[in-house]
Amino acid sequence: MFNLISFGLVIISILLLFFKGLNFGVDFKGGTLIELRANDKSINVTSLRQSFSKMDLGDFNIKKFGNENDFLIKIEKKDTSANAIEIIKKDLISSIGASFNFRRVENVGPKVSAELLKSGVIAIALSLAAMLFYIWIRFEWQFSLGAILALFHDVIITLGLFSLFSLEINLSIVAAVLTIVGYSMNDTVVIYDRVRENLRKFSDIKIYELTNISINETLSRTIITSITTLLALVSIYLFGGEILKGFSLAMIMGVVFGTYSSIYIANPILVKLRVSQKTILKEDTE
Amino acid sequence: MLYFSKLRITLISLVALFFIYFALSNFQDPENSLISKRINLGLDLQGGSYLLLEIDNEPVEIQKLQNTTTVIRNFLKSKKINFNDLRIQNKTIVFTVPIMDVDSVEAFFLDKESEINPYYNQYKSHQFEVIIDDSKFTLSLSKYGLIEIKTSSQDQALEIVRRRVDEVGTNEPNIIKRGNNRILVELPGLDDPMRIKSLLGKTANLTFRFVTQNKSDTFGTEMLQFEDGMSEAMVSKRIIVNGENLLDAQPQMNNQTNETVVSFTLDRVGAKRFGKATSTGVGKQLAIVLDGKIVSAPVIRDTIASGNGQISGGFTFQSATDLALLLRSGALPAPLNIIEERTVGPDLGQDSINAGVIALIIGFLLVIIFMFFKYKIFGLIANVTLLVNLFFLVGILTLFGATLTLPGIAGIILTVGMAVDANVLIFERIKEECKKEKNNIIAFDTGYVKSKTAIIDANITTLIAAIILFIMGSGPVKGFSVTLAVGIFTTLFSVYFIARMLTGLYVVRNKEKDKLI
Repeated sequence: MFNLISFGLVIISILLLFFKGLNFGVDFKGGTLIELRANDKSINVTSLRQSFSKMDLGDFNIKKFGNENDFLIKIEKKDTSANAIEIIKKDLISSIGASFNFRRVENVGPKVSAELLKSGVIAIALSLAAMLFYIWIRFEWQFSLGAILALFHDVIITLGLFSLFSLEINLSIVAAVLTIVGYSMNDTVVIYDRVRENLRKFSDIKIYELTNISINETLSRTIITSITTLLALVSIYLFGGEILKGFSLAMIMGVVFGTYSSIYIANPILVKLRVSQKTILKEDTE
Repeated sequence: MLYFSKLRITLISLVALFFIYFALSNFQDPENSLISKRINLGLDLQGGSYLLLEIDNEPVEIQKLQNTTTVIRNFLKSKKINFNDLRIQNKTIVFTVPIMDVDSVEAFFLDKESEINPYYNQYKSHQFEVIIDDSKFTLSLSKYGLIEIKTSSQDQALEIVRRRVDEVGTNEPNIIKRGNNRILVELPGLDDPMRIKSLLGKTANLTFRFVTQNKSDTFGTEMLQFEDGMSEAMVSKRIIVNGENLLDAQPQMNNQTNETVVSFTLDRVGAKRFGKATSTGVGKQLAIVLDGKIVSAPVIRDTIASGNGQISGGFTFQSATDLALLLRSGALPAPLNIIEERTVGPDLGQDSINAGVIALIIGFLLVIIFMFFKYKIFGLIANVTLLVNLFFLVGILTLFGATLTLPGIAGIILTVGMAVDANVLIFERIKEECKKEKNNIIAFDTGYVKSKTAIIDANITTLIAAIILFIMGSGPVKGFSVTLAVGIFTTLFSVYFIARMLTGLYVVRNKEKDKLI
């Protein structure tokens, strides 16, 4: 049952990633990002949009950012010259007249953004490979396969949700994905550790039963740790400021799916692969 | 396992106090504290500018090829070899020689001692790749030739960038190499990098050359535009003095014309050449050329032998100051392009710190309240451990001068959430053991022993993720990986020393109690 749901979710996520794609931020797509605070309370998205559209900047996007009079402006134009930001500052003041506080300016050239994207993808792939390798050394290949499929599941679904809701992918999301990989693995390993221990103890219990016992024995730990981690993450999401919102949201999704997959993906795979006491004993005698 | 000797308890407490002291020193007035170490704040927290510059090495490569053509020309002339069509084409040098001379020319390029291979002994490589097609030679820079050009222009550029940034006087700039053609400039506290950007955007190649009407000048001529872009003039390619001959340059007010000028002083060689040129060229126009544009072209009225002069060109005081600064710091070997820029204003940085601290306090409170309700007295132990862990983490980051970024704060909060995991694993295990084992001390001991592999495996996986993030990540994200990784070690330490010590003290006193956990 759960396998079917997971399989469906993964397929939907992959389709979303293929057809809808991800909403890459300035880090990965290049362009300019400006966070500004208007000192004049009457300034809103519409009036800002009007003055920006006069500047011949190509595609741009303005939205409110957090509370007060904060706005986030993203400009896609890639060949921004060195003093483009100074020109924008001048134009903005001359067209609206109010004074602005430029709280944050990020300008990423196309070459750098391509490199950042590449290193982000490599980092995620590398971490998956490293986990695969570590579990393979510590356990058996069946465990390694189960763990890695669970990880794929978590990463793909988290990215799928980001695609579905068009949430922005930036550098901190890559950090979040890697942490999810670590966390989900952490969860899986604790259960696997118990499976291995029980495999040594009981020779007459079927693997299906055995994984069930192991999951139940570790269940309260799994839940408590997820709760404390989520408490910390929700606190970041609610109080940590706008910049950390995407990061903490990705982590929250990842922790939920990571906990779920450790139980419903990683272990059924052990059953499918017919792991038995022999698998473990072979390792012990070697 | 649960018994701790007095000595161990003292040692553990001392270590804990040591780090707690460092953690607390962040909140002390630096004047009054014994050790005034503070955590480094990343640019995203303290505000500042991050600029990634890429060196455009193409002009340097072309220059190298041009110099090499001269070497080749001289060589061929000295050997009396007839050559044809010596020119630069698509970043290669091509020329043809008579068939009978091909071998001797080839020998010249292969000779490890010749001036065409200046660093063969260092790299075991020739500077140029030579392709010979019948009698036609095609030379292109070899892999090592290119690397040599890149690293040397990077070294020079780094030096010049440092001088220019230092002249502007921002506090504690961080200027380092990235790869072999990039330079990273971090300017803490600078919320408007416009001036630095414009200073770094100029190569500042200064030359003094005669304006000429004579097209057949022996050195060649070129048409150059004036800075205002309105007019142009023909200028000889012969360089009388260039920026390297400059000893000093300062902005100045010219009392006679009431105009801001840049006054300069030339070194001895420069002064001599300048004196000679001005004495022979009275009545001529001397063009002052900066980065391929004429700043001004005054008429020489008199011989200038002192080596002192003034450049006028309708400067404002600011632009004269900047030009003087550029001239003092020297010319960049190649143009720099800003390929990445991130600037955070100081008030956003402060807002981020405040939000991060609030999130940390709330997250911490939520976790300890939850743990207390879940485990009562042991929850309290876990909470004390967590607090000590937090001090450890901040203390270590302070002690080693790690940089704390906004994602780094998120990493600390996340550590708070995940650190209790080890204690939860242990407590849950002990609960299980207590069902089978009546003796509390044995049950607790077994719980600690049996949960160990799971805890270590689980923490290593997170550590792997953190290490990869550290290697691949940049800037603020790196700060996250540092706190995450350090958090794993402090967690393990505090769980296995602090928490176990406290648990031990409690359990040994209450060993007869039923349902201890």
